[in-house]
Amino acid sequence: MLTQALFRALDKKAIWVIAIFLAVAVLVPMANLLIPPGQFGHVPTYLVSLMGKYLAYAILALALDLVWGYCGILSLGHGAFFALGGYAMGMYLMRQIGTRGVYGHPVLPDFMVFLNYSELPWFWLGMDNFWFAMLMVVFVPGLLAFVFGFFAFRSRVTGVYLSIITQAMTFALLLAFFRNDMGFGGNNGLTDFKDILGVSVQAQSTRATLFAATAIALALSVLVCSMIVNSKLGKVMVAVRDAESRTRFLGYRVEYVKLFAFTVSAIMAGIAGALYVPQVGIINPSEFDPANSIEVVIWTAVGGRGTLIGPIIGAIVVNLGKSWFTTTLPELWLFALGALFVFTTLFLPKGIVGLWHQARDRMRRRTEPEERPEPPTPAQSADIERGEDPASFGHEAQPKPAE
Amino acid sequence: MSAHTDTMLYLDGVSVAFDGFKAINNLAIIVKPAEMLAIIGPNGAGKTTMMDIITGKTRPDAGQVLFDGRTDLTRLDEAAIANLGIGRKFQKPAVFESHTVWDNLEMALKKPRGIFSTLFYTASDDDVARITEILETVRLIARKDEFAANLSHGQKQWLEIGMLLAQDPKLLLVDEPVAGMTDSETEETAKLLREISKTRSVVVVEHDMSFVRDLGSRVVCLAEGSVLAEGSLDQVSANPVVIERYLGR
Ligand SMILES: Nc1ncnc2c1ncn2[C@@H]1O[C@H](COP(=O)(O)OP(=O)(O)OP(=O)(O)O)[C@@H](O)[C@H]1O
Ligand SMILES: [Mg+2]
Repeated sequence: MLTQALFRALDKKAIWVIAIFLAVAVLVPMANLLIPPGQFGHVPTYLVSLMGKYLAYAILALALDLVWGYCGILSLGHGAFFALGGYAMGMYLMRQIGTRGVYGHPVLPDFMVFLNYSELPWFWLGMDNFWFAMLMVVFVPGLLAFVFGFFAFRSRVTGVYLSIITQAMTFALLLAFFRNDMGFGGNNGLTDFKDILGVSVQAQSTRATLFAATAIALALSVLVCSMIVNSKLGKVMVAVRDAESRTRFLGYRVEYVKLFAFTVSAIMAGIAGALYVPQVGIINPSEFDPANSIEVVIWTAVGGRGTLIGPIIGAIVVNLGKSWFTTTLPELWLFALGALFVFTTLFLPKGIVGLWHQARDRMRRRTEPEERPEPPTPAQSADIERGEDPASFGHEAQPKPAE
Repeated sequence: MSAHTDTMLYLDGVSVAFDGFKAINNLAIIVKPAEMLAIIGPNGAGKTTMMDIITGKTRPDAGQVLFDGRTDLTRLDEAAIANLGIGRKFQKPAVFESHTVWDNLEMALKKPRGIFSTLFYTASDDDVARITEILETVRLIARKDEFAANLSHGQKQWLEIGMLLAQDPKLLLVDEPVAGMTDSETEETAKLLREISKTRSVVVVEHDMSFVRDLGSRVVCLAEGSVLAEGSLDQVSANPVVIERYLGR
């Protein structure tokens, strides 16, 4: 059963994507550690961490695509799951500082000493244990998504209404994490990390290892997503995206299909956050900023939603652009991002991947006249809010908006 | 409790109003096991709304809706009702356009609908044989790998009928199945539905009178949300009220 599912996942293009990122996981650290600086082929350490950051973003974008591109749930709060995973990792890293903090307290992190905490809050207990912290990385975002999704999907909140409440969720968390008395370091967040698993986070070899871990996590995420979208459940997810109500009349519990996708996706986002934090060296409440979650949507749209490679390309390309802009023309970045989104929505409804498909089809049409038509992908703009293809279904099959 | 023991579908005193407008008004309809019932009636008579009520899309304001003589459908949602064995074909063809013809049938095929059984589902030889058989019945075998979006209107109708067959329901609700079909396709559809009704209950809504005649079943004429006349097609179409309110138009 599982082997058949694995087999299904590995056929088609996914195996290439997985192979590429596994190769990257080995080659980039080798180029960093084995080739001496100054020699051809050497990858500087700062670049390794920068690429690691991009790959963490790619996992986040892939997670969003699983719910948005395949299941029609436009989550504008995925940054929250990413940040929660990041905080869980940050808490572990804080507890590794030990007496090396400014105040030298053996147990309490600096900010707690500063705020006159007498002991660790209960939710910090056990976070010094790596495996427990990693469990929290998947458990906390997963549980939040499960509870949130359970109520939202059961009450049939769809479309814009759902998008708005996901924004509200991440905004509420933003405000909560800003508060000093929440016990997460207030607006400074968690930083000044020293060790991870007994080795320095700053060390070159640690950075290379973290990069490799991120690339492997991305490959595994592609594998899991491929397994899901190539299964019958994946087909049902697309059916839910295109015609939610019709799917119910076939006897599928749409709310559970969505809940499954949403929870798996939140866990992936949490893992991405946990890999991101040690590579950038800080996690603070700004990660919960609603604008961050919207940016993830833009990466996914630009790369091409409803494909596995699209969001990965989108995350990397847009963040390369962001890095360039923020060093050369920082004040223009938001305008460029907005323009990019408008441009994609209007002219590239299937993103970069769609452009590639178009070009390939044009090439083929020139060589062989009979060509199988492209799969219809729902147009990007108007149905984003509704998650369905208006052309294909009459009013009978339309999901009702929130009561 | 005696009136409805031997029924597949039992509606009594059903009413539903939309913003004060009574779309269904004290409706009573009975369908026996392995019986076909054709429903005719003018536009807006409430035929589709009746199906919405049976399949859980619309909650009635009053009345009893029983399936198989005992299950109260008004308490269940769409998925639960579908899983009891009630299949529906929509008035506007509602197939999954971005899926292939084959995948549409595979999703409809009667199989456990749970999340994990769907995730790990692999088509068995029996499933493949069954889907192939259905594809032959609805004459889409040559187009099995095409996206449903590329089918003609009539072929989408056939595909949806195929999806109904795949669901293997006990009760089929078929809303205007022959719209967009050629005459010979219409005849085929009547033949297919007659065949199905030997073992299952079928409710067909249709405006095409020659098709209804082909079905050769009991006929109910609805108007303004309640039953206007009932009997064989000849009896119903000879009814002066039916002529005045529906056929005469
Ligand atoms: N959800 C709804 N909200 C408001 N009014 C509705 C709703 N559904 C149906 N109606 C109204 O109820 C009446 C019955 O509609 P219904 O679709 O059941 O008719 P019908 O018999 O299927 O007609 P047709 O032959 O045209 O398909 C119509 O006047 C329709 O406008
Ligand atoms: Mg109708």
